[in-house]
Amino acid sequence: MSFLGKLSLEAIPHDPIIIVTLCVVAVLGVVIAFMLTKYKQWGPLWRDWITSVDHKRLGIMYILLAMIMLLRGFADAIMMRTQLAVATNGAEGYLPPEHYDQIFTAHGVIMIIFMAMPFMVGLMNIILPLQIGARDVAFPFLNNLSFWLTAGGAILINISLGLGEFAKTGWVAYPPLAGLEYSPGVGVDYYIWALQISGLGTLLTAVNFLVTVFKMRAPGMKLMQMPIFTWTCTWANILIAASFPILTAVLAMLTLDRYLDFHFFTNDAGGNSMMYINLFWAWGHPEVYILVLPAFGIFSEIISTFTAKRLFGYKSMVYASGAIAILGFIVWLHHFFTMGSSANVNAFFGIMTMVIAVPTGVKLFNWLFTMYRGRLTISVPVLWTLGFMVTFTIGGMTGVLLAIPGADYVLHNSLFLIAHFHNTIIGGAVFGYLAGFAFWFPKAMGFKLDEKTGKAAFWCWQIGFMVAFMPLYVLGFLGMTRRLNHTDNPDWNIWLYIAAVGAFIIAAGIFFQLLQLFISFKNREKLKDTTGDPWNGHTLEWSTASPPQFYNFAHIPHIKDIDAWTDMKERGEAYQQPQKYAPIHMPRNTSAGFLMSMCFTAMCFALIWHIWWLAAVGFIGGIAVFIKRCYTSDVDYYVQPDEVEKIEAEHLSANAKGVSA
Amino acid sequence: MSIRNLSKIAFAAIVLFLAGCSGGVLDPKGQVGIEEKNLIILCTVLMLIVVVPVIVLTLFFAWKYRASRDFEVYTPKWAHSTKIEATVWTIPILIIIALGIITWRSTHSLDPYAPLEGKGEHMTVEVVSLNWKWLFIYPEQGIATVNELVFPTDKPIAFKITSEGTMNSFFIPQLGSQIYSMAGMETKLHLIAEEPGTYKGISSNYSGAGFTGMKFDAIATSTEDEFEAWVQKVKQEGGALTSESYKTLAEPTEYHPVTYFSTVSDGLFHEIVMKYMKDHGSMDFYGKPANAVQGEKPKHSGHNGHHMGVEE
Amino acid sequence: MSTVAADMHHDHEHHENNNVFGFWLYLMTDCLLFASFFATYAVLFMNTAGGVSGKDIFELDFVAVETAALLLSSITFGFAMIAAHKQNKGGTLLWLAVTWVFGAVFIGMEIYEFHHLIVHGNGPQESAFLTAFFSLVGLHGLHVSSGLVWMTIMIIEVMRRGLPDKTVTRLSCLSLFWHFLDIVWICVFTVVYLMGAL
Repeated sequence: MSFLGKLSLEAIPHDPIIIVTLCVVAVLGVVIAFMLTKYKQWGPLWRDWITSVDHKRLGIMYILLAMIMLLRGFADAIMMRTQLAVATNGAEGYLPPEHYDQIFTAHGVIMIIFMAMPFMVGLMNIILPLQIGARDVAFPFLNNLSFWLTAGGAILINISLGLGEFAKTGWVAYPPLAGLEYSPGVGVDYYIWALQISGLGTLLTAVNFLVTVFKMRAPGMKLMQMPIFTWTCTWANILIAASFPILTAVLAMLTLDRYLDFHFFTNDAGGNSMMYINLFWAWGHPEVYILVLPAFGIFSEIISTFTAKRLFGYKSMVYASGAIAILGFIVWLHHFFTMGSSANVNAFFGIMTMVIAVPTGVKLFNWLFTMYRGRLTISVPVLWTLGFMVTFTIGGMTGVLLAIPGADYVLHNSLFLIAHFHNTIIGGAVFGYLAGFAFWFPKAMGFKLDEKTGKAAFWCWQIGFMVAFMPLYVLGFLGMTRRLNHTDNPDWNIWLYIAAVGAFIIAAGIFFQLLQLFISFKNREKLKDTTGDPWNGHTLEWSTASPPQFYNFAHIPHIKDIDAWTDMKERGEAYQQPQKYAPIHMPRNTSAGFLMSMCFTAMCFALIWHIWWLAAVGFIGGIAVFIKRCYTSDVDYYVQPDEVEKIEAEHLSANAKGVSA
Repeated sequence: MSIRNLSKIAFAAIVLFLAGCSGGVLDPKGQVGIEEKNLIILCTVLMLIVVVPVIVLTLFFAWKYRASRDFEVYTPKWAHSTKIEATVWTIPILIIIALGIITWRSTHSLDPYAPLEGKGEHMTVEVVSLNWKWLFIYPEQGIATVNELVFPTDKPIAFKITSEGTMNSFFIPQLGSQIYSMAGMETKLHLIAEEPGTYKGISSNYSGAGFTGMKFDAIATSTEDEFEAWVQKVKQEGGALTSESYKTLAEPTEYHPVTYFSTVSDGLFHEIVMKYMKDHGSMDFYGKPANAVQGEKPKHSGHNGHHMGVEE
Repeated sequence: MSTVAADMHHDHEHHENNNVFGFWLYLMTDCLLFASFFATYAVLFMNTAGGVSGKDIFELDFVAVETAALLLSSITFGFAMIAAHKQNKGGTLLWLAVTWVFGAVFIGMEIYEFHHLIVHGNGPQESAFLTAFFSLVGLHGLHVSSGLVWMTIMIIEVMRRGLPDKTVTRLSCLSLFWHFLDIVWICVFTVVYLMGAL
């Protein structure tokens, strides 16, 4: 075994597409490094961001990560769509299976694990503590560590682009295909370790936020008075805590099979690959509800804010979310009705799956009746919400159809399925996050987003989505299965072309999204949110300045209503300066999370390439940093009342103007 | 962009869709596929009962209660109505009960493991997915083929399915259900073609680099005689498939040409399944390997089908 | 909200509470990790690939001693916690040391068992049953080993700092961890050894 394990110069791919990509990334990296140096921003970057334990800053970094990964994942998507539009009538296209198979695997993993999850966790980070009137999360250091573990996974998956390969197994990585016999390269190992390290980050986040929600709510806030977004996030966190350990376990088993010749899922020596599939989906199905539940919460907040009305059926919403969360755990078998289970088993899981449509349907009706007799302002977040309600309903319908085993027998693994889950994940989760992004952007950044480009982005996404995915439903009916590299059926061509056009319309949507950020940043003075409450919001996050003070609340309010902030405004308790401020206890920034995570990322990288010494160094280094952190006593400080008073006076005087005007 | 233009586009799309439907799962050629198509249509219609109103109401409410229409009733504190909540829980529950009953019944009547009732005696075909091609063994005829499946119209077929290595899914979209092929396991599927023709067969579960080319023609001959003639042709043209030549065949290939085998060594399919299944425990769903050695046709009739980890 | 000092005290108490609750939540997730391995064991334990089965390799007497060592260590940890709550530094250290020794005996015996199996050609690579067995029992062993490392660190901490609130909280977490592992072991003992050998 050599010093660098399996790693050698040959690990760098020769594919021109990849080489060009790598060059672009390298140039961008150099430019960013140059700018940071020129404007002397390395210090602030390290002190205020990388080592930050402030949940709002971590949230922003999560969302930044999600957006970068969205670009990467979307690049994969558009390559797939163009390949399939070009490779018709038996033509080979421009992506050989060797490359194409990595692309669809990477697309799935990136979009779910490194785009949707960080986006959702980022929004939750920024908003949840503010909504419950907390000054930070329960374990701020752990929160920083979670972020960097997630980022570590993202780093690994991006390294795979330039060193070695990524998995060629599909994002589910079923053995025996993902076993050593059929996937001897490092691709599956990248997959395993990227998921494992980011999964650990996600698990820690869930524990952190559960403790935050259960132990750190503002005085007076009962559980059934928590804002609905907090509730849906809490259900999602319960799901994370209950399902991610299963992913950890199943990946660990696959690791043992691949590294130590164990026989969990091998064909020979009595291994059972069906067990992998069961365990994988016992995590994988709850995972989609983890993604979509917080989005439901976002829509609820937006609808009730922009209709200037209370949310209809709050209790129903909370219970419906809970029902979805619990039912989400007993439906995993619907991912493989075609494995040959008995009719009783298939029927049971099919019916359980359909039952989820009930609470979901209730939610839709409740949003409808929230609009009813309201005053709906059609803003960008509302557009996303309306788009969601239409799109997701279609996705829900096709989902119920797939839940019927008899229908699934012919639609399973077809493009119908692909259309369905994009319908729910894009139309449900991603639209929700983009809605939340537009809704809470002023809170996080202090200025609103440009409306015109925002609306353009929405319409491109919405229309592009329909054009890209409705044809896939048709192709599914025409018998086209997923993960094909090229086709030779003339009946399919037209639909493949249309779908490719749709992908480009979505690309325009992403372009407008970026343009919107650029324009808004340029006009940030004009778009500035001085009040902290640009939409006349209902919940506590709008009682803080935009962006909120680093300690969130100078004085923690006493909660008497679900719409706590509306209630305070109505009773004239808003914007009141208390007679005297108390010192505020705050955690100090720390580099421990970042260092620990980088050590573990190095360890994972070393394990992928069998560089055993480096794996040992990374592991011991990570543990050492942790132990050192445990015995560091200088972890917190107090903000003194006079400083608090100074900061608060600024915010309150701005609002005195705003309120009187 | 007027409404008229939009409806024109929609109409064109529907026409295009219906015209393009041939050859897919909505153009079934056998009982299983026909029942599944009807099931899909019935359930879709049932769901549209809720889906259409929700979509229409969404757009209508968004229009009616938009901020500029300030003459509409405005009730900012109204957030609960037992009547409405009861209704919005009841409607989906009723639809789901209806769908649930349909699901329970159809799942049993369409159980891929159950022989097709009232269609007469089944012909057995043993299917092995190899990287990346399909091997079909006809135990009753004593022949085997690669990437070509021939059977008479109106003759129900009992497929016994396994895999040499990776997991695939055996699927002829126009005939109906698909079932996974997995190494060390035998899954079952019962299909019938009620119209003669050549139908596309595929693997619908990704299994590696050559997966795209893992296709075969499923040919339903018009008469039994035609089928017999084809069997004779295979017997004349083909080589022998033995345990040895199977090993060569099992080597990974892409776009494997149609190949015939005039003879197949006894119990080859059984051997392929048992290669891995022998390592499984005493819950063995299979007969003893001795059967194969003695040259008997392996009797798999016992409870050898549903072997999921999750079921009782 | 009276004085600053009261506020600060309140803050700390709050944090210590959070720590124990957070750690308890983590243990619940760990529980699911074990559950996954148990489920896998249940699926694979018959798949012996013509090799040994539980009946052939389990020695209940040996495992009974192992189990006794771990159960006793739980009791002694209980004594350590009682001493810690009484701010009895010497007692805490003594009982922690005793617990450590019991834990080490358990791990030592487990390593011996594994080694014995492997040299007799019954390593985890031989069959799915052995794979599942080694992984499930090994996962538990790995937890106990990290518990021992943690305990070592805590012994040093108590020696140096005595028993301030923060240290007692950490000991409480470790104690939760240790009792949790005990419960898991009872399941392992029942499901793997007893049901396997009978």
